[in-house]
Amino acid sequence: MASHAIEVRNLYKIFGPRGADYVDQVKNGLSKTDLNAQYGHVLGLQDINIAMPAGGVMVVMGLSGSGKSTLIRHINRLIEPTSGEVLYDGVDVCRMNERDLREFRRHKTAMVFQKFALLPHRTVVENTVYGLEIQGVPTAESEKRARYWIDRVGLSGFENHYPNQLSGGMQQRVGLARALTNDAEILLMDEAYSALDPLIRVDMQSVLLDLQKELKKTVVFITHDLDEALRLGDKIAILRDGRVVQQGTGQEIVLDPADDYITAFVKEVNRGRVINVETIMKPLAGNPEGLPIAKGTVLESAARAMTSAGQSVAHVVDEAGRPAGTLALDTIIAAMVTPIGHDEAQQAA
Amino acid sequence: MALCDYLPAMLCKFPALSDSTIRAGRKTIDDGFKAFVRSYSDIIDTAVQPLQVFLNFLERLFVTSPWPIILIAMLVIVYLGSRSVRVTIGTALAMYFIGLFGLWNDAMVTLAMTTVCTIFAVLLGIPIGILMARFDRVQATVNPILDVMQTMPSFVYLIPVVMIFGIGKVPGMIAVVIYAVPPMIRLTNLGIRLVDKEVLEAADAFGSSGWQKLKNVQIPLALPTIMAGINQTIMMSLAMVVVASMVGVGGLGKNVLGAINNQFFTVGFLNGFALVAIAIIFDRTSQAFGKRLQKHSEVIHG
Repeated sequence: MASHAIEVRNLYKIFGPRGADYVDQVKNGLSKTDLNAQYGHVLGLQDINIAMPAGGVMVVMGLSGSGKSTLIRHINRLIEPTSGEVLYDGVDVCRMNERDLREFRRHKTAMVFQKFALLPHRTVVENTVYGLEIQGVPTAESEKRARYWIDRVGLSGFENHYPNQLSGGMQQRVGLARALTNDAEILLMDEAYSALDPLIRVDMQSVLLDLQKELKKTVVFITHDLDEALRLGDKIAILRDGRVVQQGTGQEIVLDPADDYITAFVKEVNRGRVINVETIMKPLAGNPEGLPIAKGTVLESAARAMTSAGQSVAHVVDEAGRPAGTLALDTIIAAMVTPIGHDEAQQAA
Repeated sequence: MALCDYLPAMLCKFPALSDSTIRAGRKTIDDGFKAFVRSYSDIIDTAVQPLQVFLNFLERLFVTSPWPIILIAMLVIVYLGSRSVRVTIGTALAMYFIGLFGLWNDAMVTLAMTTVCTIFAVLLGIPIGILMARFDRVQATVNPILDVMQTMPSFVYLIPVVMIFGIGKVPGMIAVVIYAVPPMIRLTNLGIRLVDKEVLEAADAFGSSGWQKLKNVQIPLALPTIMAGINQTIMMSLAMVVVASMVGVGGLGKNVLGAINNQFFTVGFLNGFALVAIAIIFDRTSQAFGKRLQKHSEVIHG
């Protein structure tokens, strides 16, 4: 099953009874504050244009009130847009009629929620089959598939427990199993891990990354945690006040933050785990020296390999094993620490 | 002496409509209603005939069956509902004393009536409650009606009911249902409206239809509140059978009514306590049943 890309185009959302009337004014530069003060309407999203990669993890990051949860709800239209398009496989989700929308939700999307949103009166396995039950899949078949995914998320043995009997992390595993059992091409994760303890969160991130390696779904992941965004995202969009401030790969955002707001965020990031060796390598001069390091290795791993080998120089090799550039330990360290300019920007902001 | 001596009459006596106007208006409405009832009485009688037959049948079933069978059936139902030996023994004792004081048949009549009324109130109340929860406009319309139903003295609406249906079980049942259905409707509505928005959103996100949402999410999650509504409805039906005895429903209520009229202190209390005993049996059984339905909400760890 090939996944397709999701494309969000010119999306606006204005909350309030007459939101549609103000779209043009917002397009002409009416600010969020003025819209609220003058007309009592709340600007949820403005001019969102994001191409979400097929079969990849798209992370939408922002603080509370930035509109990230509003944005993800436009993809399966739990929230109606005020104007704009959400295209999946060439079809505008926003224009679907009720029946098509229901079919789209049943077969193409699955969602994981911040507060789990499990049915308290159903056991783990009964919760997990929910999507299939709604589609009308026979019980025996859906339970078989549910048990497979319960096992994959590490909940074997808990099939007949009620959600109340499980910890938060386990409940979210049920949420994930429920979404995966649906076997949909799009996986929507709305702050799925935000309510979990830090350790369990990292654990669940690994579960998702492992599964994604074989599933290749189009995942849209909402988070307020930049570390989580950088760990999971093939592509990241940062939202502020309903507007996309910057989008790109994790490296692009860390190395070249678009404004002071993002700079402030990026300052705290462990750059050694984000930046790849090929980003900072120097062109090869003469023969490759030191130990070979594969393209795509993050700086931290490269530094670890070099220090344990006792060498201060290494060279980067591409997929075919050809040397592509040279790398010195001090360059790596310089790239791993936060640049001075960022600290100043932070103080100025 | 009074202030009124110095004030115009207008301010001292409320300017009511004249007696003749009120009399004329009253007569028009009463006569119109009577004429309406008279001209449709055949149709109304035919329409409620099946109900009448059903009520009579049920009452006969309760009264004419040998008492051991009824008692055993009751104990079995109580035990299956409550799964509690204490409640079951309590039921046996209560029924024993009711029988001992010669109230068995009257208790059976009351039991039959209460059972039918509760079933009707539940069947009527849950769908209305669901509609109210679904549509704000229905809620806005039904709520004031419920307010009137709950505050209007029951004797008042007994008047038109008796005029339309005469004296007997059917008007009694209608009076009881009018009195007992509001909590059922209100609590169903409330329960569904209080269902966790997140869970509803999840149901939407998986593509549930309206019916699937109702069946899988709203009703099960509202069940504790709906069960509280059923419990209230049972209690109110029981309370109302005394009033219903005024329009010809037999049973314990009729004895109470007789006791009031004749100042029979002992008879009044005996029948009153029999009603209380039946109420407690219903209450404990339905509450324990409701609790058992909710056993998944017990937190083990978390």
